[in-house]
Amino acid sequence: MELHILLIFMIFAAIVAIEAKDLLSSVIAVGAVGFALCLAFLILKAPDLAITQLVVEVLCLIILIRATINRDLPLVIEGRWIFNTISTLVFIAVFLFFSWLALKELPSFGQPLMTVVKKYLAEGTTKTGAVNIVTAVILDFRAYDTLGEATVLFTAVIGIMAVLRRPGRKKIER
Amino acid sequence: MSLYLLCLVLFCIGLYGVLRKRNLVKIIIGLGIIEYSLNLFFVLLGYKFHGRAPIDAQDQIILNMVDPLPQALVLTSIVIGLGITALVISIAIRIYEKYGTFDITKIKRLRG
Repeated sequence: MELHILLIFMIFAAIVAIEAKDLLSSVIAVGAVGFALCLAFLILKAPDLAITQLVVEVLCLIILIRATINRDLPLVIEGRWIFNTISTLVFIAVFLFFSWLALKELPSFGQPLMTVVKKYLAEGTTKTGAVNIVTAVILDFRAYDTLGEATVLFTAVIGIMAVLRRPGRKKIER
Repeated sequence: MSLYLLCLVLFCIGLYGVLRKRNLVKIIIGLGIIEYSLNLFFVLLGYKFHGRAPIDAQDQIILNMVDPLPQALVLTSIVIGLGITALVISIAIRIYEKYGTFDITKIKRLRG
């Protein structure tokens, strides 16, 4: 029941974030979505995810506010209004059709399959020595995933530095 | 099942924002909402009724754990989402410096 309330709150906050006229208020609304997601992870018994989501959400908010502060939002509604709306609705309809096909095959809520994870649950503590099964999975059984994650993060940092770097003094003089 | 449907509604709102809005920051916010809904969907798939968090206790055997594998994968996905958001926002800041607007229909000309 709490999950339904949280999800409806998230949907309302997402609508506000998409439709608000002011950029700063839409950024704050997306922050509300993220913190509600953190609470939902806590209810779904995923404390590691809740901690990570909290930290990531704060960083995301700082980055988004840095991008939007002191920048005006020109309001233009002209253009191909009907064509844009219809193409958007077509995309959403295609997505809903395929998700309906997929939802028929999924196990119902509350009864997961647990086929892959059976081995991890049986051998996790004795093989890795980690009490927390989630850390045993990401740092031991699937450590290459975490290596790839670190690679992606460093690539993103290199990209940000390449995009945001100011030109040096020599280049300006020339 | 109703939780899955609410999750899909959240995804559709994000998709609408990405496809329909003309402001770059709104598009990035739509991407973030899509990412949130997908993470939540994976964790919902691994939830078990009356389950416990996947952490072993000292002197007792816990039989009814939720599925820890989607949680581990979503943990990776959340951190990568932060990297993606930071990269896209830095590109948007650069575009604003060059063109003076976030409107994607005004960003047409190639300027060296």
